[in-house]
Amino acid sequence: MEKFAPVTRSEDGQPVRYLIVDDSVFARKNLARMVESFGGQVIGETGDGVSAISEYERLTPDIVLMDITMPQMEGIEAAEKIVRDHPGARIVMVSSVGYQENIVAALQRGARHFVQKPVKPEVLYEVIKYVMRDDGTTARSAGAGA
Amino acid sequence: MRMELIQPFINSADAVLAQGLQSAISIENLTMEEEAYRRKGIAAEVCLTGEVEGRIIFDVDLGAALQLASRLAGVEVSETDEDLVREAVLELANQIIGNAVTTLNDQGFHFHVRPPVLHTAEQGSKSSEDTEALVMGFNTSSGNVFMNVALRYHRRRAPETAAVAG
Repeated sequence: MEKFAPVTRSEDGQPVRYLIVDDSVFARKNLARMVESFGGQVIGETGDGVSAISEYERLTPDIVLMDITMPQMEGIEAAEKIVRDHPGARIVMVSSVGYQENIVAALQRGARHFVQKPVKPEVLYEVIKYVMRDDGTTARSAGAGA
Repeated sequence: MRMELIQPFINSADAVLAQGLQSAISIENLTMEEEAYRRKGIAAEVCLTGEVEGRIIFDVDLGAALQLASRLAGVEVSETDEDLVREAVLELANQIIGNAVTTLNDQGFHFHVRPPVLHTAEQGSKSSEDTEALVMGFNTSSGNVFMNVALRYHRRRAPETAAVAG
């Protein structure tokens, strides 16, 4: 996988901590590999919206990567519930179903960004830098591939 | 079956498989199927509900599934890693069908996608008069991939919408 300049938290220089929510183990592994290549740390994984809410409460990650189409509770509803209780939550929706209404619904309910599957690492990298910008976080070297 | 429903699936399979395998793919055949679908390898099924209803079966022969899983996982996957191979097929189905559904929604067809499930039966249900089934066979560098699309209009679209899309 392509090498990326590590993205760290500005407050303490520590790796960005991720919670990955996807009902596909395979998709979670792929996303984990990507964020680790960005210098991130996966602190939790789960496969549905209900457990995503409890895992967010328990782990308070810097970023949640959230699928939309999942059993029990879909990602948009879970994102809304998390943001309602934690307005500062940074949630990035990651889904193959990326039609306009879905994206608008996700953003209106508090998601910060949307990435369509199949995920390209360079796209996710730029999105991560973008949603962490209010933290003042920047990559140690500018741009991808450094 | 109307081509406007099918073309997004062809385009999406082409794009997702080509990206996953890092090689070109081609459509080997495109047939209407009236008999029950016979599974050829590891298959996932996705159901759609809404203005367009039905199901899509994404079916990958074992050799292709192993190579796809290995490519996508970044490690060598063998037949003993059954769960990982199944997960790879489910996730590819999710991506291909999800991307096609995205295109169709943006064209004015509104429906909901359920999460993919493994299709383990040897045979699927027969297509019916109002549920046309089309089987697409793709040739990849890793083997054969099939997609069986059986969709029907749940209700007529508004004339002005149909005119724009059609």
